[in-house]
Amino acid sequence: MNDVRFYKFLILLNALIPLGLLAYDGYRGRLGANPLEFFLRTTGVLTLVFVLITLSITPLRKMFGWNSLIKFRRMLGLFAFFYGCVHLVTYSIFDKSLDVEAIAIDVWQRPFIAIGMLAFGMLIPLAVTSTNGMIKRLGGKRWAQLHKLIYPIAILGVVHFWMIVKSDVFYPGLFGLAVGILLAYRLLVRLKGKAASKKLVRENV
Amino acid sequence: MANDKILSSEITPEHVYLNRRNFIRTGLVAGTTLATGLTYRLFNPSAPGQPVTSDISDLKRADIPPAGDPPNSFADITNYNNFYEFSTDKLGVAKKAEALVTRPWTVEVGGLVQTPRTFDIGELLRFPQEERIYRFRCVEAWSMVIPWVGFPLKTLLGLVEPLGNTTHVAFETLYEEKVMQSSFSAGIDFPYVEGLRLDEALHPLTILATGLYGRQMPNQNGAPIRLVVPWKYGFKSIKSIVKITLTDREPPATWNIAAPDEYGFYSNVNPNVRHPRWSQATERRIGETGRRETLLFNGYADEVANLYAGMDLSKYF
Repeated sequence: MNDVRFYKFLILLNALIPLGLLAYDGYRGRLGANPLEFFLRTTGVLTLVFVLITLSITPLRKMFGWNSLIKFRRMLGLFAFFYGCVHLVTYSIFDKSLDVEAIAIDVWQRPFIAIGMLAFGMLIPLAVTSTNGMIKRLGGKRWAQLHKLIYPIAILGVVHFWMIVKSDVFYPGLFGLAVGILLAYRLLVRLKGKAASKKLVRENV
Repeated sequence: MANDKILSSEITPEHVYLNRRNFIRTGLVAGTTLATGLTYRLFNPSAPGQPVTSDISDLKRADIPPAGDPPNSFADITNYNNFYEFSTDKLGVAKKAEALVTRPWTVEVGGLVQTPRTFDIGELLRFPQEERIYRFRCVEAWSMVIPWVGFPLKTLLGLVEPLGNTTHVAFETLYEEKVMQSSFSAGIDFPYVEGLRLDEALHPLTILATGLYGRQMPNQNGAPIRLVVPWKYGFKSIKSIVKITLTDREPPATWNIAAPDEYGFYSNVNPNVRHPRWSQATERRIGETGRRETLLFNGYADEVANLYAGMDLSKYF
């Protein structure tokens, strides 16, 4: 096994540990009095965690020069999608018993559900185009542009979390702060880049 | 340069190199999985506790018929609690509430009454206690069946003799900052306050509960004495009461202050009044997999609907 494959295996293993522990606790009846609520909340938080990890690859590469991290970014993004799927499936099958009408009413009457659905919907094209073949077919530039969708997805995800919380917004706030920092970093790099190129133009004139 | 030359003795033999790589990899697998697992456990501890409280003797069965469904387990009732003074995590309240000291304890009853009095908890526990098996419906769309022990609030109010102009009853929970170290971002103001209309307070279903499952109230469920109003959302049933005040106006209620458009003063269980977070049309009974239809007034319509005759329940929600 070469190094990249080993590290991918390592990520796979670690990314599945939370699900494994969830399943193990569930099997032992240790998810508390309301296992479904616990499972829903935990998979939702895990989705956000993987969105955050995916978003931190670029800053880590730029700040520390860890360029090879790029090899693992799509995989990490796919885990966000994976936990998002588990979250949505849990909600629609186990919470709503696949009652389409009840789900439609939920989306209509409860904005936080509509926002969650929207964020998940935006994750789908990113997951679908995550293969090497799709990058080639779309062309690197268009692919990169499409995948900027992860920014609004991250924001919507935090808003979704914030809105379901009754009054203690500590954790949604923490995720909001993290997303804010990761997005602000990109904005700053961009502004700096613009300023630098302007300076370059001025000096060359 | 001679230094460039690597002696064959200096070359790491392949098997050693591979061994070292395998060693490092094994270490990485073990180290990272352990770290990930421990991180997960840090945020999701799994060990429910069992509170130990003493038995209540001379328990009388209530003449009010019990809820038709079997009660939830003692473990579920005592490990899934909303008690924001301690924690906003329902699974975390039990542990943190261990710090609550419930002796000595007094309940000050005053306001618009003939004879204001401060009751010692010992005296309240000597009132004739009866078991009331009630459905309990949380606004978060989960529900339980709980075998409470207690006595009608009416008994207590009778002793202080409300004045003729009294219209409402206000309640207040203990606020002891030293032990009630909830998240600084709990998002509601303490002390927790609640209120009822006088006729609601005097209703025979309304009780002051001093225990459950035939034992004294566990801390996390609102020891040593709490209100239980079974036809209203759970947050109306205020815990760990230290003060009861009779008044001639609608008293403030904590969740109503925090989000008046979501939690009305009445907060009667009503499947027809929407809520922006949880569907109130159905509920998850703890211990069941599917969802049940939520009943108007939590199934106590026959007993309490007349209290609200002529009122628009979607306006006075």
